[in-house]
Amino acid sequence: MIRLNVNGTAHDLDVSPEMPLLWVLRDRLQLTSAKYGCGRALCGACTVHIDGEAARSCSVMAGDAVHTEITTIEAVAGKVAEAVKTAWQSLDVVQCGYCQSGQIMSAITLLNANKTPSDADIDAAMDGNICRCGTYLRIRQAIHMAAKAIA
Amino acid sequence: MDGTSAAHSLSAPSRRAFLQGAGAAAGAFVLGCFVPFGERAVAAGAAAQGPFDPNVFVRIASDNTVTLVCKHFEMGQGVTTGLATLVAEELEAPWSDMRFEFAPNEAALYKNLIFGVMGTGGTTSIANSWVQMRQVGAAARMMFVAAAAERWRVPASEIAVENGVVSHDRSGRRARFGELAAEAMRMPVPAEVTLKPPGAWKLIGQRLPRLDSVSKTTGRAVFSFDVRRPGMLVAVVRRPDLFGATVRSFDDREARAIDGVVDVVQVPSGVAVLAEDTWTALRGREALKVDWDTGKAETRSVEDMLAEYGALADAKGLPALRRGDAEAGLARAAKVYEAEFTFPFLAHAPMEPLNCVIDLSDDGVELWSGCQLQSIDQAAIARVLGLKPQHIKINPLFGGGSFGRRGNPMADWTKEIAHVAKAVGRRVPIQLVWTREDDIKGGFYRPLVLHRVRAGLDGGGRIIGWRHKIVCQSLFVGTPLESSLVHDGIDETSVEGVVDTPYEIGNFAVESFNAQSLIPVLWWRSVGNSHGAHAMETAIDELARLAGQDPVAFRLALLADKPRDAAVVKLAAERAGWGQALPAGRGRGFAYHSCYNTRVAMVADVAVARSAIKVDRIVAAVDCGVAVNPDIITAQIEGAVGFALSACLRNQITFADGVVQQTNFDDYAPTHMSEMPQVEVHIIASHADATGIGEPGVPPLAPAIGNAIFAATGKRLRSLPFAAKALG
Repeated sequence: MIRLNVNGTAHDLDVSPEMPLLWVLRDRLQLTSAKYGCGRALCGACTVHIDGEAARSCSVMAGDAVHTEITTIEAVAGKVAEAVKTAWQSLDVVQCGYCQSGQIMSAITLLNANKTPSDADIDAAMDGNICRCGTYLRIRQAIHMAAKAIA
Repeated sequence: MDGTSAAHSLSAPSRRAFLQGAGAAAGAFVLGCFVPFGERAVAAGAAAQGPFDPNVFVRIASDNTVTLVCKHFEMGQGVTTGLATLVAEELEAPWSDMRFEFAPNEAALYKNLIFGVMGTGGTTSIANSWVQMRQVGAAARMMFVAAAAERWRVPASEIAVENGVVSHDRSGRRARFGELAAEAMRMPVPAEVTLKPPGAWKLIGQRLPRLDSVSKTTGRAVFSFDVRRPGMLVAVVRRPDLFGATVRSFDDREARAIDGVVDVVQVPSGVAVLAEDTWTALRGREALKVDWDTGKAETRSVEDMLAEYGALADAKGLPALRRGDAEAGLARAAKVYEAEFTFPFLAHAPMEPLNCVIDLSDDGVELWSGCQLQSIDQAAIARVLGLKPQHIKINPLFGGGSFGRRGNPMADWTKEIAHVAKAVGRRVPIQLVWTREDDIKGGFYRPLVLHRVRAGLDGGGRIIGWRHKIVCQSLFVGTPLESSLVHDGIDETSVEGVVDTPYEIGNFAVESFNAQSLIPVLWWRSVGNSHGAHAMETAIDELARLAGQDPVAFRLALLADKPRDAAVVKLAAERAGWGQALPAGRGRGFAYHSCYNTRVAMVADVAVARSAIKVDRIVAAVDCGVAVNPDIITAQIEGAVGFALSACLRNQITFADGVVQQTNFDDYAPTHMSEMPQVEVHIIASHADATGIGEPGVPPLAPAIGNAIFAATGKRLRSLPFAAKALG
C-alpha cells in the first residue's frame, strides 16, 4: 500500500511501488489527462507536476512519488497556468491535442522559473515534448503570449 | 461557381446510380462502392449532392446551442470546426452557440459522399461536405422561418434570421433558436435550398476559434485510450519480430503467475495478455515465451529489396500513362537527364498509439475508437464475431493523430481486438493497447519506393521526352479496395503525383512495377504524393538547371495553360523573395505540387554547415478554393512542415534479418521544437469550391528543401531521407 497525493487529495493505493506513476494515474485514479506516448520519457505526453516541477510520469515509479504533491492538468491552477491555457486557446495551438496536456504542463514549469523566456529558452525547455502534428510555432508563440500576460 | 444547390444537383443522379450499382455488384459488403482518392473523385464529390435533413446533422437545444453531428473523424485537422462553420453560415447561428458531437456509424446517413461509405481521409472532408453542410444549415434556417410563420401567423417572406434570432419586423416579434427549435425541427425538410452568395458570408473565410480547443487544453478531451469501463481489462499482444512469422507454441506460465494477469489467449496476430491494468499487462507480455515459426517470414533487408527494385525497373513496366512518344522524344534530345530516387518505409507514429475498447453485450458489440473508416471497421468486427454489421455500434472519439494509420482497409487493430474478445469468450470490456514499440515495429508502413527518371531537353531547353519508372509495393492488392483502386495491375496510388502532374509534358510515359514483400503497407499522409511529388519536383529543378533556366520560370513555362497552378507558384516566389541573393552556405529551393484538388507551393530557405542541414524558413502559397477557415489552413501547413521535416531529414524503417531496427522516438525521432522552421502561409483568395488541406502540405516540403540544399552547396541529394553526411 502506498500513499500518493494527487491534485490535493491523498490516495491509499494497493499498487506495486514499481508501477509507473502514469499508469497509477490513468488506470487506478482514472485521471487520463496525462497521456502515454512512448513509455521512456522521450516525448513528454505524460508530463505532470511533482512538487511544481514538470516530470515524465511514465518514467517515475509510484514508490518514488510518495511524500510529493502530484498535479495533473485537471487541477493545475494559478496565474501562470491560467495564462498558459488562455494563450493556447486564443492562438488555437491544438490539432489532435494528444500531446497538449504535457506541452502545457511543461510550459507552466518553464514560465514559473523564467518569466521572460527567449525563443532559445523555450526551445531548450520544450524540446523534450514532441508534437507529431507540428504545432511548435504556435506553442512558442503561446508561451510568449502567456509571459506577457503574467508580466 | 456560386455554390447554389441547383448548380450542384446536376451530376448527382448519375453518381448515386454509379455508387449503388458498384455496391450491388460487389455483393452485400459496402466497400465495392469505395471510390478512388484521386483528383477526379474529389472533383466529382464536390459536385455530389448529399442528403441535408437537419434532423440528421444538427440538434438545436432549448438553450440555443446548435450541435453539429459531425460525420467526419477529428484527428487534429480541424474538421469539426470546418463543418460547423458551413452549417452555422447558412443557419445564421452565432459561432459561440456552435457545438459538435461525432456521428454514429450509420453509413446511410453519414457517408462520405466521395467514398460512398462512412470514412475520413484522402483530404475529402471539406470537399464532400462543402455543399451538403451548407444545405443542412440553409434547410434548418428555412424550417425556423416556417415555424415562426406558423406560430406568428405572418408570411414567411417577411421573416428574417440573423445571429440566432428569428424576427418579424412589422409585428416586432422575435424568438431565439431555442424557443422555436422543437417546432422548427417538425417542419417538412425543404426540397430545395438556395445557398448564400459569397458576398453574404459572415463566417466562411473568418478566423473562427476551433471548437475543440478548450477540451484539448484542459485535459478533458476524450481519446479512446482514456475510455474506462467498469471491470475493463487491458490487452497487449506479443506479435512476431518478423513479418510473416506465426505462433508455433507459447508458454504462459510465468505470465499467468503475475498478480493481476487475468488471461492469455492466442489470436491470429500473436498472443494476447490481459490484465487488470496496462503496466501489469505489459509485464505479463514480457514474461511470455513464444516460439515463432519463421519459415515463411520476410527476412530481406531494405538494401536487398532495393536491389530487386532496381532489377525490376530494368525491364518494361505496366503502362500507367502514355502521352505522345517519350522514347522518340528522348532519342531527339539535345540533353538527357537521368536520376534515381529511393524512398524508405515510414511509420506514421501518431502521438496516440493505436488502441480501442470493445464491450460485448446481449445487444451486440460496442467499440470505442478513434477510427477513420467506420464502415470498414464495423464490417471487420462483424466478420470476426459472426455478427451483422448493424450489430456493431462504434462510439467515435478524438484521434490522437493518424496520418493514415487509423484508417486501414485491412482494419488490422480493430480485427485484433475482436479476435481478443472472441478468444477470451466472456463478456468483459477490453482495451487493446499498442505501445510505441508496437507502433513503430508494427508494419503498415508507407512502402519502400524507387523512381527512375529519364528526361530529355531540346536545344531550346524544353522538355521533349520523359520516361518515368516507379517501383512500389501496392497498397491495395489483396485488400477490399483492390477492385476500386487497382486497374490492369496498376495501383493508382503508386503512380499518383506523377501521372497527374499539372506540367505540360508532351511525350510522357510512366511505367508501374509492383514489388512484393510481406511487409504490410498503408497510405501515409498524402499517399503516393509523398514520393511522386519529390521525384517530380527534384527532377524539374534539375532539368531547369540543365536548361540554364530559373527553376520558377521553368515551372511557369510548363504551366502556361494552368492559371490556378501558375498563380500559386508566382505567389510563393514573390512572397519568399525568390531571386534575391543569399549568403554563402545558404540556399533557397522551390517546389510545387497539386493533389486532392488543392495546390501548394513552398520555398525553403536552408543553411548547410558542417554537413548539418538547418531549415530556417518555409514560405507557402495555397489554393484550396474557398478558404473556409484561413487559420486552420495555415495551421495545417505549419503542421505538415513539422510532420514531414523528420521524414525528409532522418526517418526510415529498416530491417536486420527481418527485424525492424527502430523502436521508439529515439531511433525514429519526429521533428523537435528546436528544428522547426518559421512558416509563412499565403492563401489565394478564391470562390472555387472548397477543397481540403489535411495532406497537401506534405508533398512539396522535401523537394523544396532538397532544391535549397543544391542551391546552397551545389550537391544534389535525391533519395530520402537526405543523407546529410554526403554534404561533408
